[in-house]
Amino acid sequence: MSGLLKFITCGSVDDGKSTLIGHILYDSKLLYADQEKALILDSKVGSRGGAIDYSLLLDGLMAEREQGITIDVAYRYFTTDKRSFIVADTPGHEEYTRNMAVGASFAQLAIILVDAKQGVLVQTRRHSRICALMGIHHFVFAVNKMDLVGYSEERFNEIMKDINELSESLGLQDVVIVPVSATEGDNVTVKSENMPWYTGKTLLDHLETVDVTETESEAGFYMLVQRVCRPNHEFRGFQGQIESGRIKVGQTITTLPSNEAATVKSLLNGSTSVEEAVTGQAVTIQLDKEVDVSRGCVLTDQAQLSVAKSFTATLLWMDDSRLTLRKEYLVKLGTKRIPGFIRSIKYKIDVNTGEHISADYIEKNEIALCEIELAEKIVLDEFKKHKTLGEMILIDRVSHMTSACGVLETVDNDGEKPYFQKDDIKVGGYVFEEFYFDLENAMMSQTGFDKKTYHVGDEVPVSGDSFKYPEYFDVLSVEDGAAVLIRDGKVEDIQRIEDYRYMGLPVVDERGMALLVKNKAELEKFFEEAKTVTVENRSELHNKWFRFETYRKVVCTDNFWVI
Amino acid sequence: MIKFRDKTAKELGIEMLEYINEDGVKQGINPFDHGSAYTDIMKTQALKQALNKYGFTAAFGGGRRDEEKSRAKERIFSFRNENHAWDPKNQRPEMWKLYNTEINKGESMRVFPISNWTEKDIWQYIQRENIPIVPLYFTKERPVVYRDGNIIMVDDERMRLKPGEKPEMKKVRFRTLGCYPLTGGILSEADTLDAIIDETLSSVESERTSRIIDSDGGAASMEKRKREGYF
Repeated sequence: MSGLLKFITCGSVDDGKSTLIGHILYDSKLLYADQEKALILDSKVGSRGGAIDYSLLLDGLMAEREQGITIDVAYRYFTTDKRSFIVADTPGHEEYTRNMAVGASFAQLAIILVDAKQGVLVQTRRHSRICALMGIHHFVFAVNKMDLVGYSEERFNEIMKDINELSESLGLQDVVIVPVSATEGDNVTVKSENMPWYTGKTLLDHLETVDVTETESEAGFYMLVQRVCRPNHEFRGFQGQIESGRIKVGQTITTLPSNEAATVKSLLNGSTSVEEAVTGQAVTIQLDKEVDVSRGCVLTDQAQLSVAKSFTATLLWMDDSRLTLRKEYLVKLGTKRIPGFIRSIKYKIDVNTGEHISADYIEKNEIALCEIELAEKIVLDEFKKHKTLGEMILIDRVSHMTSACGVLETVDNDGEKPYFQKDDIKVGGYVFEEFYFDLENAMMSQTGFDKKTYHVGDEVPVSGDSFKYPEYFDVLSVEDGAAVLIRDGKVEDIQRIEDYRYMGLPVVDERGMALLVKNKAELEKFFEEAKTVTVENRSELHNKWFRFETYRKVVCTDNFWVI
Repeated sequence: MIKFRDKTAKELGIEMLEYINEDGVKQGINPFDHGSAYTDIMKTQALKQALNKYGFTAAFGGGRRDEEKSRAKERIFSFRNENHAWDPKNQRPEMWKLYNTEINKGESMRVFPISNWTEKDIWQYIQRENIPIVPLYFTKERPVVYRDGNIIMVDDERMRLKPGEKPEMKKVRFRTLGCYPLTGGILSEADTLDAIIDETLSSVESERTSRIIDSDGGAASMEKRKREGYF
């Protein structure tokens, strides 16, 4: 096993996190002579009566050393014969949970310390939950201070049972449990002679050999645009880091949210021209045509990303001032920074029991599922599908504090448009919207249409209260640059407008209005005129070319609310 | 070092701004008589004055977390208040790759893009990318004296010898370059990048052991300095 392993140590106060890491460094002869000398000197005046206090290696701030606690996350770097490591040693106090979360967002593996005398505590559960929330898949529970419980197998088994229950309730996948003594060194780097009943690996041995390569990679190619590079008027390149997949010169990609198709003209990795680039590389992508792309946009192929403005996210609140509903925060998601607010708290989660509790507000260190709405639609996705587009922070607009961090659970299309969708091609689906005239209030209303997304093969409701389409027709959307072929009441295909071929069947726009063309030549003429149209003057085009009444009508109702 | 800096700026066509704390110069502050006060006045204060003068909102540095224990606590985007002070007990959480860069007027960021690199990574990168470096990093016969456990180079007439000190020629190089004479050299045979990498890998001393100011004022002196605005 090779490659870098980034891990964190967490758990409750005084569970011995810093001591454990200090011991690994010391045992592995990974301390420089001057650091070792300083450690021995510092320990002499410390709380262990002159014995080496390994935690002094990590608690680097004055306040930490004075109080004997860890306040903020510390990073240490070490290399054994088998592997390189970066360890983030995190604070155990509840007060500093947010600093623990910083470490968790960085790590691939978590070592959660459990005090053998105390067993699984609230803080153990909180930290395990935060690690799982931040996307860590590999866990080691180190049952520490085994020396203080007489290296008892019985006690270890009791705690193991609680850990297994906790792991199950959090859905943790890869879980290893090791009995250790961080101060004495049992099962840290050397197998303990005091616990012959434990037959597993030592902690360091496990860290050196654990496989953290993700088996399920993310779907498709996507890159978050960080910067548009325009050194001169001839070159325009989009720069960013490839989050997943690969890209080649000549490949067709889609820009989001503008949803334009373009071909990769050239690719730069650093300043070197390349034919292909893969996950993790920072590249400049030049496209074959002008597209509407700036920082915060995404270039993608086959990734099925969402463009939406509302979603639900599990938030960890990190600010001293509590969450305020409807207050405007800055949301940072991917490379986008945009105003947004929390519409509602669905529930907060009891960190101890996992129970869902209804709440009007959440306070520092609490976890809650919230509905969030942004000022405009951006590219995003569920955290479990595309990690980088599912991570977010909330920033207080006045104090500039990072108030919360969170992961996207569901992308909410409520209040959004219905769609026809195939891969990256999306067409508005107002075709099945109903029109009513409310007699009581003498007003028109559109209602009753479902906000469903139709895919190829789906059956569609060709007739409703206020519309009746033929069984065979085409939906043509100039605005979305795509066409939907309805055949025998089903979606046969969804195409880019360039690939669309007129077959003489009835054509409607995405609102269900009939397009008044009878042959290919007329359609060409329509396309020609449509090219010059903008949002401000499109009614002119519509009044000339479309007829609402062909397949639609308005149905009178007594009261629109009863529908 | 200065020569190398000027040459590099010229080659890259960079508009280089130089700022010197003139008050310090007037007061005759020098590293020989004033030790770590020199670092404060001529480095920390000078940096703060320069940042104020030009109104920069972000200053990038090459500091790494593996260098020193308070640097191990540093964020990548590290907030500084209007006095350029660091508050290590109250840092902004830094999640994933989402950096909070919001500041008010007068406040700023210190940015450490290579926070997670190690000394070994630096040398391997220099080798791979063929990056020119200051010749002081390579070993050479140089006149030195031993002072308080450090090897200090006697390179020009500014260096005043203490009674009993007699410069001798030794093969030394510098693992880190700081204020002269507040940075000691190390005995070394490493005159190529390969040799430097081998030496770094097998070193028993940490990189900053020769930086006298790190411990001048106690174990937490770097933290104190950083709180005051030092890089």
